[in-house]
Amino acid sequence: MLRITGGKVYDPKNGVDGVVQDVCVAGGKVVASVDASARVIDARGMIVFPGGVDVHTHIGGAALNFARGLIPEQHRKARPIFHTPQCRAGIAGSTPTTFATGYVYAGMGWTTANEAAVPLISAKHTHEELRDTPIIDKCCCVLMANNEIILDLLENDEFERAKQVAGWQVWAAKAYGIKAVNPGGVAGWKWGKDCKGLNDVVPGYKKVTPATIIKALADIADQLSLPHPIHLHCNNLGAPGNYTTTLETMKLLEGNRAHMAHLQYHAYGGDDWYTMKSAAVPIAEYFNTHPNLTCDAGAVLFGDTVTITADGPWQHLLHELTGRKWGNLDVENETGCGVVPYTYKEKNLVNAIQWAVGLELMLLITDPWRVCLTTDHPNGACFWRYPEIVRLLMDKEFRKEQLKAFSDKARAGMVLPDLDREYTLGEIAIITSAAPARTLGLAQKGHLGIGADADIAIFNDVKDPMEMFSYPRFVFKSGQLIVEEGEIRNSIEGSQFATRPDYDPAIEDYLRPLFQQHYTMSFENYPVTEECVHGLEVHACNACVSK
Amino acid sequence: MLTLTLKESLTVPLEAEILTPDVLAPLPHADVRALPVMLGKRQLRLDEMFTVEGEGSDDVEIRGDLTKVKWIGRNMTRGRVRVVGNVGMHVGAYMKGGSIEVTGNATDWVGGEMSGGIIHVRGNAGAQLGSAYRGSMSGISGGTILVEGSAGIEIGMRMKRGLIAVRGPVRDFAGLQMKGGTIVLMSGAEQRTGAWMQRGTIISLKPLKLMPTFATACVYNPSFMGLYAKHLASLGFALPHEAIAGGYQRHIGDAAVPGKGEILVWQPKLQLP
Repeated sequence: MLRITGGKVYDPKNGVDGVVQDVCVAGGKVVASVDASARVIDARGMIVFPGGVDVHTHIGGAALNFARGLIPEQHRKARPIFHTPQCRAGIAGSTPTTFATGYVYAGMGWTTANEAAVPLISAKHTHEELRDTPIIDKCCCVLMANNEIILDLLENDEFERAKQVAGWQVWAAKAYGIKAVNPGGVAGWKWGKDCKGLNDVVPGYKKVTPATIIKALADIADQLSLPHPIHLHCNNLGAPGNYTTTLETMKLLEGNRAHMAHLQYHAYGGDDWYTMKSAAVPIAEYFNTHPNLTCDAGAVLFGDTVTITADGPWQHLLHELTGRKWGNLDVENETGCGVVPYTYKEKNLVNAIQWAVGLELMLLITDPWRVCLTTDHPNGACFWRYPEIVRLLMDKEFRKEQLKAFSDKARAGMVLPDLDREYTLGEIAIITSAAPARTLGLAQKGHLGIGADADIAIFNDVKDPMEMFSYPRFVFKSGQLIVEEGEIRNSIEGSQFATRPDYDPAIEDYLRPLFQQHYTMSFENYPVTEECVHGLEVHACNACVSK
Repeated sequence: MLTLTLKESLTVPLEAEILTPDVLAPLPHADVRALPVMLGKRQLRLDEMFTVEGEGSDDVEIRGDLTKVKWIGRNMTRGRVRVVGNVGMHVGAYMKGGSIEVTGNATDWVGGEMSGGIIHVRGNAGAQLGSAYRGSMSGISGGTILVEGSAGIEIGMRMKRGLIAVRGPVRDFAGLQMKGGTIVLMSGAEQRTGAWMQRGTIISLKPLKLMPTFATACVYNPSFMGLYAKHLASLGFALPHEAIAGGYQRHIGDAAVPGKGEILVWQPKLQLP
């Protein structure tokens, strides 16, 4: 039992914005009161936040491991985490090792993370890694938009069966939601092609287009009442002028719920790499007036990182543009994957625009409840650099200072110099915790109301937000003290959330022969069993979906 | 002057990245003795492995068979290290300045990713001399490595700037994926010299067996040869006089990348007009 007293509490979901009040914890949950025997945490001069929730990150699985293997040069420079009685050894860096991922997230007050891209065929691997990612709670989204079984069904207008297959796949992967990456484009990549426009016919098919796939998967997520809507990585990522594709996609999704992943990468104007500019304004204007949508920023920070995505064709292009090394995985009938190390440079026009667009979107989207802070870790920057973004959002003078580093041409392509908005601490609590928890449909996360999971981060109330959010004074996970005085004091195991949509179990009779014919593994070995997933917590599919 | 003498020959590698003037120079005798080294997985004091004489200094002499002592001169920026005997892997890795002299043989990864300073090996060196570590974009980006004996495979791998000169023969893949800088081979090389080279210069005083992806250009005397020879002579590494003024066959490649590197092969019998 625990009583946190004297701290300024930020709990946006319950309308608490910087009020000094007690937070009581018992049995891993927030409760109304505890008796006098409870341990008292004196949080005077500190602020109390609900634990951070990362709506879109890549922290485990085959693709990330592939990236880890590809970048020994970055591991050499990475910060080591030494073996202690509480911690296993590891490194931070651009792709932290499994145990280190848990320590670093918890060490900055983040307690839940959504691994955003899991191919079903390697879901077992992902769950094994997530098991070894301690402290934080995890969930994952299963990749579906280039799954050939689903695409074949859509080609034959068998939506209803596609829905059954999708439902089966979500449960078979022990996933939490549906991810769509470059719908149709990755399937096209297997023919050496891509789908840049929404109405391009997917190579290898006669009529399926990205639009068909997006609409079908959004409908499926809604009809299955998944707590998290379709998690969509749009077509035409990263290309100058791609904002029109993004707008078309958002228009297509009217009437559906949808989460637009790493929107920064989809909000560029201009005609080519030399005229690229920000298109955050048209994207944000449309987004602001359409409450069916949520997004995460996918912000970029300068420095070395490694890009990992299922978007195979884009990664090949990035390799050709940069001359950096390239890894490509073909994931049977399901998806692809590309890995390219990358360095974001201030002097590079494209990188400068990317940096600005991430911040612009967060500043131009008026409702903080619909935008989440992410860097699409590790694509835009590593998750442990979130405090830098918080400072950029809260301090317009700091932003102005940073803008001086860019060329006039780069500044002319941004709207950031004209934006004076500064986030308040309450809004930071929304975009780092309350909003992503709501977007994921995790009712017990992202707030400090009675019954919430007692995931609490306590920071020193100092002037510099970067310093504040880099080093929490205390972090509690499920009511247990995890971080104190900058050290991990206790490494507990987190839960893994999954959903079990309603589907007709007879769909297995349809899938089995397809598997035996087309896959390298047998059907029986394919689904992830419940015993495989450590700390499995199954959430109901009861999202309110208004049509 | 600080003198360290290895007490006994080693069977397990000793990792001693503290053996640089940057660490040693400011320290009094007692502090030098207490510095940590790793013998395999065990951490020991420096004086458990070495006899220490003198105070910390920019002039460091290390004696004994140091074949298993790794990382001497790592990250050093100043001072002089003299190794009397053989030296182990990674000598002068990430070095930025100062000088290292090895009187015996060195082994692999001499001057890995160094950016300044000079390493002079009187004996033979191993493989990956002045190379990029695994995965890195570039190898040495400055400084000079001189080897009086032979060297192994992949010397100057992905080197970006700087000078590597080897008096003895070198093995395969000299200048692999080279991006700049100069390699001087006084006794030639085995096969695939300059594979994947993008830029940079390889000068050979012996005929080379070149890959078919190198195109033959002109025969000429590069005017920089005189300057380079003078520079090398000042470092105690003389080139034969005939080679300085002689004619060189220029080859460009590697066309497989495609690259704009050059391999210059001395033609001793050729009289330039």
